[in-house]
Amino acid sequence: MSTETAAATAKKESLFSKQNKKLLTDPLDDSNPITVQVLGICSALAITVQLQQAVIMSLSVLFVMIGGNVIVSLLRNMIPDRIRIIVQLVVVASLVIIVDQVLKAFQPEISEKLSVFVGLIITNCIIMGRLEAFALGNKPGPSFLDAIGNAMGYAWILLVVSIVREVFGSGAISLPGMGQVKFLPTSWFMSEGGFYENNNLMILPPMALITVGIIIWIQRSRNQALIEEN
Amino acid sequence: MEYLSIFVKGIFIENMIFAYFLGMCSYLAVSKTVKTANGLGLAVIFVLGITVPINYLLENYVLKEGALAWIDPAYAAVDLSFLSFIMFIAVIASMVQLVEMIVEKFAPALYGALGIFLPLIAVNCSILGGALFMQDRQYPSIGEATVFGLGSGVGWWLAIVAIAAIREKIRYSHVPAPLKGLGITFIITGLMGIAFMSFMGIEI
Repeated sequence: MSTETAAATAKKESLFSKQNKKLLTDPLDDSNPITVQVLGICSALAITVQLQQAVIMSLSVLFVMIGGNVIVSLLRNMIPDRIRIIVQLVVVASLVIIVDQVLKAFQPEISEKLSVFVGLIITNCIIMGRLEAFALGNKPGPSFLDAIGNAMGYAWILLVVSIVREVFGSGAISLPGMGQVKFLPTSWFMSEGGFYENNNLMILPPMALITVGIIIWIQRSRNQALIEEN
Repeated sequence: MEYLSIFVKGIFIENMIFAYFLGMCSYLAVSKTVKTANGLGLAVIFVLGITVPINYLLENYVLKEGALAWIDPAYAAVDLSFLSFIMFIAVIASMVQLVEMIVEKFAPALYGALGIFLPLIAVNCSILGGALFMQDRQYPSIGEATVFGLGSGVGWWLAIVAIAAIREKIRYSHVPAPLKGLGITFIITGLMGIAFMSFMGIEI
């Protein structure tokens, strides 16, 4: 009896073991999907003009990743090797259709702004990359943690980039359901006769690239092990 | 004239990389040498040129609301557009498989150089992005859709070949160590994007 409970607790503890903790924390820094694995850049750059879009996008990716990783990991012994890409695409595409329909129903404005980028979650390389590299060879439990870790690693870059771009580009911050909140009194803006002018370059696409470049710079000067040879 | 306008727009103004960041993953990963970049760029032009018109037909004769009316007027109320993601990706995945087989047969050297990246064209966002933009913008005929596909493909090719050429040269410069590789590539792409924005507003 006692051995049984001990085994049960050991099994339970193993979900929070060191190895599993690594699955969660590694993608935040050492193997960050965006800055180190170079996966999922497209959407990370395109929808970071406003914080609320980035939040919705991160949540959608979190949902699709967890669903995709767990489903593919459950099916991993049944999927023939030769058609695995198609099977993965079908699983991911079905999950993305759910996300798209939910967004259209409950957040129509944001869904309009995200336009094609919700559909492009299907081809977001983070999802395919993790399915291919992790879920196909591991049990559902670790796959679930791996999905959360990688989605979080993706999300924090997205949130940082969008906060920087929105604060300097629009002088405001926006959250889903709250609309845009400006920090400065409107009379300070130049259009109202004040002295402050927003940096419109930050809203334009190229600045997303440069912001991510600078994040990579800061991250790699703190974590020298990530520096590339050339 | 309409065709030329769509073509030029696809290359310069609505460039897949600089304006929409589509296909960034393979853009960053395969741009170390001009030769492989060129090969992947050509493959993207080819795949976009084929998949966009096929998806156009699929969209207009199967998926769109009322698109099935050509079979029987009774189907005019059927709207299958919620299936479009899954249908588009299925067309793309099978076309990529075909291209892979053709390249393997007729250009083994190119096949060797592209390595694992050819199958990854299926998950290159620029291909699905092309299909979704086509759906979003509702081009009036298949000709325009094809020209749009080719134009955005050429734009993507131009971007990846240009960055590959710059990366070949930058190896001889003193880039700060933490910026080497990925970081400097991001910043250069951003600067190129600013340069490409000077094309904005051109009307042909």
